[in-house]
Amino acid sequence: MIPVADPTQRRFNPLTTLVLHFRPRRVPEKTLRFSLTWGLGGMAAVLVTLQLFTGILLKFAYGPVPTQAYESLVRLQEGFLFGQLVRNIHFWSANLLVVVVCLHGLRVFFTGGFHPPRRLNWIVGLSLFVLVLASNLTGYLLPWDQLAYWATTICVGMLEYIPLIGSRLQQVVRGGPQIGSATLRNFFALHTAVIPVLIVMLMAFHFWRVRKAGGLVIPRSPGEEPDDKPAMVPAHPDLLLREAAVALAAIAGVLVLSLLFEAPMGPPANPGLSPNPTKAPWYFAGVQELLMHFHPSFALLIAAALMFGAFYLPYLNYQEAPAGVWFASANGRRTAFAAALAAALAAPLAVVLDEYAVDFSAMIPGLPQAISLGVVPTALSVAVVAGLYLLVKRKFQATRLESVQAVFVFLAVGWVLLTVTCVFFRGQGMQLRWPF
Amino acid sequence: MKKTKTPKANKPDEAPVPVSRRHFLSILWTALGLAALVEFLWLSFSFLWPSKPGSAEGQAGSVVAAGALSSFQPGTVTAFQRGAFYLVRLEDGGVLALSCKCTHLGCTVPWVEKEKKFLCPCHASAFDRTGNVISAPAPRALDIFPVSIENNIVKVATGKRIKRSGFDPLQVVYPPKG
Repeated sequence: MIPVADPTQRRFNPLTTLVLHFRPRRVPEKTLRFSLTWGLGGMAAVLVTLQLFTGILLKFAYGPVPTQAYESLVRLQEGFLFGQLVRNIHFWSANLLVVVVCLHGLRVFFTGGFHPPRRLNWIVGLSLFVLVLASNLTGYLLPWDQLAYWATTICVGMLEYIPLIGSRLQQVVRGGPQIGSATLRNFFALHTAVIPVLIVMLMAFHFWRVRKAGGLVIPRSPGEEPDDKPAMVPAHPDLLLREAAVALAAIAGVLVLSLLFEAPMGPPANPGLSPNPTKAPWYFAGVQELLMHFHPSFALLIAAALMFGAFYLPYLNYQEAPAGVWFASANGRRTAFAAALAAALAAPLAVVLDEYAVDFSAMIPGLPQAISLGVVPTALSVAVVAGLYLLVKRKFQATRLESVQAVFVFLAVGWVLLTVTCVFFRGQGMQLRWPF
Repeated sequence: MKKTKTPKANKPDEAPVPVSRRHFLSILWTALGLAALVEFLWLSFSFLWPSKPGSAEGQAGSVVAAGALSSFQPGTVTAFQRGAFYLVRLEDGGVLALSCKCTHLGCTVPWVEKEKKFLCPCHASAFDRTGNVISAPAPRALDIFPVSIENNIVKVATGKRIKRSGFDPLQVVYPPKG
């Protein structure tokens, strides 16, 4: 409970007046359960804060032109007190942020946190996820080493295949015929001004929407009816203490990682020599793996469709809205598990088959690549997903929500496996290999 | 049969709602706001459009003198860092200047002498010595640059990149007879 202030001693207390302003006075006790949120949203906020602080420090040391960028980072690491550590923290928080935001999104999805009245906040959250990816990608180029240069080359190269506007967009992003000083300038401006401002603004909106929705979803088991009058506890100290614990644990984790593992730094960028293999940053490795199997336009189309599908998820007219129940229902758990299993089998099988056994362009000769490597495999993949949807619906008598969830699980697990394939199972010349 | 008034019959009685001043103004403001937004977007886009003088990295008129024709034996591939191209001398003596940028995502493709192929390290695309795609995912043959041979000196116009779907014998330049 907040102690009732003595009216004669009204002082500005930043804790109760400002920080608590984000929070309701009292929160449902059950939403404090750690296994509901895993503290993921809070962790993401902490990581963003770490990024802002370390980012500002780095900005004082960094020279955003190709002739200086690499050297300025070497100087930072060797000449500045804790320079290397600050860069490590920035690097590790950035990567962890992608992971944490993904997990947070999954948690929200699987506990039904995207049904009304939280539909808009799902959109806001996904937009934040996109911004986090954009921030990571634009930051990836800044060290101007071989890793940065070539990963960015292929990521910006993908833009060319966006229909209609692709090559113009690519021109604007790259600022010239190849990755060069104009690109670095653009990325630096995006990374240090545009994206952080957008992220902070959207975060405020995101938190406010949580509050508007009456807090988090209240966890319950599949058969349980929603509780209209849940037991409440004061936000201060019950919620704040838990949040502080998560925040401190997250910071400690980042520090340990940063002390043990240095942020990577390759040789300086050399536009004449692509290292072998050249890989996109790991969070885009899924797209790169798709590019190994599909015509580029179709690989991008698939990635875009997945993203659009994620944004559209709350608006599919579900019959029920089981907010707070993990995986929606008992049947939902069964179907989700089956879908995960199916994806774990199907994704590696498809990769291996396409690599060694099936060659669509040889099977249907005389057709342009866009058909044999684009339309045909895309149609096959769509058929598999549609088949899964119908199968779950018929065989498990699943509702629309459960079936959509099964498809989501299938695609999410598939995506993770594609990413793992590209990151660990591809070596020289992007050939499949064992990582150990 | 005009006992019951259907809702339809009701309609002509209702006077058409005149657009109130407030409503009209709010429409006007919205339209103006949208126009301002479009202008702003257009302005930002043209601000970022890379056509500022001095920013062009591949100058339109730039020509690289690659060297004497006799220094490129038939059947060889020579890399040029400056200009980022390969000078290919075909077995029959013809000359071809290939861009070293993979047409898939823009990696630099090295020439692998042992296999007589250009092999892209990024996504395993392969090209033959004329730049034709041997294996996907590259969607089209390597770009070429115009070649001219004057006084036995090979010159490559690196500012004029030519996209092509595949190799055509007409793209090969032969030294003048005699």
